[in-house]
Amino acid sequence: MTSSLTALVTSAAAEPAAEFAKPSIDYAALSPLLVVFGTAVLGVLVEAFVGRRSRYLAQTVLSVAGVAGALVATVWVASNLSATGTAARGGIEIGGAFAVDGPTVFLWGTILVLSLVSVLLFAERTLEGGVTAFAGQAAALPGTSAEREASTKGLEHTEVFPLMLFSIGGMLMFPAANDLITMFVALEVLSLPLYLLCGLARRRRLLSQEAALKYFLLGAFSSGFFLYGIALVYGYAGSMGFADIAEAVTGRIGGQPLLLAGIGLMAVGMLFKVGAAPFHSWTPDVYQGAPTAVTAFMAACTKVAAFGALLRLFYVAFGAARWDWTPMVAMIAVITMLVGCVLAITQSDVKRMLAYSSISHAGFILVGFVGLTSVGSFDGTRLSSLQSVLFYLVTYGFMTLGAFAVVTVVRDAGGEATHLSRWAGLGKESPVLAGVFAFFLLSMAGIPLTSGFAGKWAVFTSAVSGGAWPLVVVAVLLSAVAAFFYARVIVLMFFSDPIGEGPVVMSPSILTTIVIAVGVAVTVVLGVYPGPVLDLAATAGQFVR
Amino acid sequence: MNLPLLTIALLLPVLGAVVVAVLPQAGHGTSRVALPKQVALGVSLLTLAVVGYVGIAFDTDGARYQFTETHEWIRVFGAHYALGVDGIGMTLVLMTAILTPVVILASWYDGDDGRWGANAFFAWILVLEGLSICVFAATDVFLFYVVFEATLIPIYFLIGGFGGPRRSPAAVKFLIYNLLGGLLMLAAVVGLYVVSARSAVGPTYLLSELTTVPIEQSTARWLFVGFFVAFAIKAPMVPVHTWLPDAAEEGSAGTSVMLVSILDKIGTFGMIRFCLQLFPEASQWATPVVLTLAVVSVLWGALAAIGQDNIPRLIAYTSVSHFGFIVLGIFVLNSYGQTGSTLYMFNHGMSTAALFLVAGFLIRRRGSQLISDYGGVEKVAPVLAAMLLVAGLSSLSLPGLSPFISEFLVLQGAFAHGWWWAAAAVLGIVLAALYILLMYQRTMTGPTVPSVAGLKDLDVREVAALAPLVLLIVVLGFFPQPLTSMIDPAVAATLEQVGATDPAPTVPSAPSEAAATEQESPE
Repeated sequence: MTSSLTALVTSAAAEPAAEFAKPSIDYAALSPLLVVFGTAVLGVLVEAFVGRRSRYLAQTVLSVAGVAGALVATVWVASNLSATGTAARGGIEIGGAFAVDGPTVFLWGTILVLSLVSVLLFAERTLEGGVTAFAGQAAALPGTSAEREASTKGLEHTEVFPLMLFSIGGMLMFPAANDLITMFVALEVLSLPLYLLCGLARRRRLLSQEAALKYFLLGAFSSGFFLYGIALVYGYAGSMGFADIAEAVTGRIGGQPLLLAGIGLMAVGMLFKVGAAPFHSWTPDVYQGAPTAVTAFMAACTKVAAFGALLRLFYVAFGAARWDWTPMVAMIAVITMLVGCVLAITQSDVKRMLAYSSISHAGFILVGFVGLTSVGSFDGTRLSSLQSVLFYLVTYGFMTLGAFAVVTVVRDAGGEATHLSRWAGLGKESPVLAGVFAFFLLSMAGIPLTSGFAGKWAVFTSAVSGGAWPLVVVAVLLSAVAAFFYARVIVLMFFSDPIGEGPVVMSPSILTTIVIAVGVAVTVVLGVYPGPVLDLAATAGQFVR
Repeated sequence: MNLPLLTIALLLPVLGAVVVAVLPQAGHGTSRVALPKQVALGVSLLTLAVVGYVGIAFDTDGARYQFTETHEWIRVFGAHYALGVDGIGMTLVLMTAILTPVVILASWYDGDDGRWGANAFFAWILVLEGLSICVFAATDVFLFYVVFEATLIPIYFLIGGFGGPRRSPAAVKFLIYNLLGGLLMLAAVVGLYVVSARSAVGPTYLLSELTTVPIEQSTARWLFVGFFVAFAIKAPMVPVHTWLPDAAEEGSAGTSVMLVSILDKIGTFGMIRFCLQLFPEASQWATPVVLTLAVVSVLWGALAAIGQDNIPRLIAYTSVSHFGFIVLGIFVLNSYGQTGSTLYMFNHGMSTAALFLVAGFLIRRRGSQLISDYGGVEKVAPVLAAMLLVAGLSSLSLPGLSPFISEFLVLQGAFAHGWWWAAAAVLGIVLAALYILLMYQRTMTGPTVPSVAGLKDLDVREVAALAPLVLLIVVLGFFPQPLTSMIDPAVAATLEQVGATDPAPTVPSAPSEAAATEQESPE
């Protein structure tokens, strides 16, 4: 212990002596990040200089263009990745701060496509009668004359678009981060705008603000855990870089308690973001309180980004210690699935139910995550753990976005009618929409010929390949429980009689319609013919080290 | 031969369902638009024509699987879109194609008072037909599993949308039971992938390739359990049968036919196709337990049927008993038993369909499912009573009607395996006579109860729907060769794969005589 500490001190002392070399930055490889952040900054300038009337249009166009541009850049980066095949390919950028490799690019693409769809949901104005679903003037206290004035004037916060873009930027950074500091910065960059966005609902503002505060407090708390974990891991390995940490872990130098405590604390921070039990308690409240467009964005994109980062951290930095953390993750997976599936049964609010459903999905993804096949065993014909998780994230993202988009159009006088009892007999009133929602639910339940089934199949397979079959048996049994509460909603919509003065299904503008259509299309295509996306996930290969 | 006939046969009803769904709503307002129903019937008859052609063109001396189509589907999963029928699959595809038009004709007005109108009812029926044909023709485990699970959706909506007052809970109960079984099977299917991916064959789900993959003994046994539990729930066997009576009680007659006569056969078909062929050693290992469960099902189902006052529930329990016989025949692992079982699946499909439909006609007229509400119906509706009698007698395996032959073969197989199994199962026949004849006696004979005094007899449409079933039951009762000649080679091939041989006839034809004596006793 002492000797290793001395070694650390000497090495730390030796380093500053060397000339500070300016890291070379491959701007091209990071172009998607730069495009998104650049657009976000432009968005702030638009807020400052463009007149109120034309802001909405300017911001919408700018955001769509920015995200689409970043997507193009991602495709371009992907086509330029160094090697081909299933081996790790890509490069480490900016002195080890970022890793732009196959999985990164795949996750970037997923996040950007989901974001692009989410932007449309943010820009929906028809449903609220000509304004967005965000508060007219967030600073005005609920129930005051200032608030009434803001709503009669038809004010709207177009700042949500740059905020969203900053958050997207953070999400792109998160899975690409290749050292602990960058990872922490990314975590905060993606979280802070989200805290704010959660509190901006136009309707039910107190609920929304409560959600924002809860999310912020708990999020800050979990960031604290994460940071403490970083400190301990640094203390163990003497470096922030994943490569150095991996080397230290492989060599088993230094005190194990330091490493294990560090892994545990960092896991708390990460698992909080993905909404895994027992760090899930914010999820239902925040998903319910936040404006539904934000909930959709958060549920889909944050989860993709956070799982991407979780995968890189645990596979790359702590890969050699996997016998230490696999039991922990397996346990978390079981608890998460249990909490998600069982508590969802008792929910009476559709957004809360979807929140618990998303918790259970986090559990299923963790099942695939546990099935880590050792890096060398990957031969290209078999499904790898990384591949299955990446694929599941895509399927999950699109069905969740679609389901929340459906929630936004079922409305009554008080805004969205989210109480489940209000959905009774919806199948009679508007069979198409209810059918679409039922389809998303069936997909979440994992019925074959939907993307949810292909995703479940993939993660279960990778877990069984990794020898975690007891976990799969548990997951399978809990899937049946989950199917029960999804079926319950379908029963409610199709087999119950409509209540009098029930909610009406508003016909949304083309924007929300596109979101729902994309959700359905992806869910069908990935269910019937998942091959191409699975192959794409396979070509993503392994993490570069 | 170049036409993908099986794909056509399964796509026809599915596309037909789409057409039926978008046609103007039938049976609304004063002008009853019958067009969607006619389209549905037409599509199902067209499908029957295609399947009938396949059946005629099926070469009983030819390759084991015929009309095969194989296309790679999901490379990474090793999944293929692979179809092909052997004699066993062919029999069941034929059964599906025959029963669907019958159900459509018999349920002509059943969809009108449902939750979403007749279009939805007939569209779901057609979807179910397409999926069932696919499931019986699938030669890829992944494809089979996918369609196996997908069949739950149409039947779920059929039970939940068109039926009795407590249909929603029945539909959910059905779904949860079957989904649980399906998910356990999913675990086994995933396990199969891992096994094949580790072998020299590489990841594959093709049945033909999987049978060559060596599976470690303990793994094979676990996988067998996963598959078997799913099939046992589907079939249904005691003790996981309780969803069936509820579903049959609440579903309309047509739904029950689709469910019991066609869908439940997937369970027994799955046992013969997948449990036996993929895990031969494990099947032999599990035989004592499975046979015990089968015999318990035979007796339990029969006893429970005797105790029922509700006609559809009674028929559901008779089916539990019949499925016990089918499973018994499959797992005695000899050619009598398995040929008998396959034939049994077909015959049970016909006879139970007739029973459900006649009961449905009766219940629709009087508006009650309870036996105690009827009496002396044969005086006011003689044709209906006659049809119920024929259907009932076929259900209790009267010699001369087709189920007799299959039950006889199953019992013969059981004797060859061990006389005590057959001795126990034979009691089921005695009980079958009890439950059918008691039901007939209580509803049809005796003084006419006032509430059924004005009952109308069957009309032309209803008789036309039942006629093909009765015809097949009678004709196949005397002349089962067309089916047996198709089934025999497939059963022989299956048994060869399991490594089971028929017991050598040391005492020539002794078992069959014993079976015959037992067989005659209830008559």
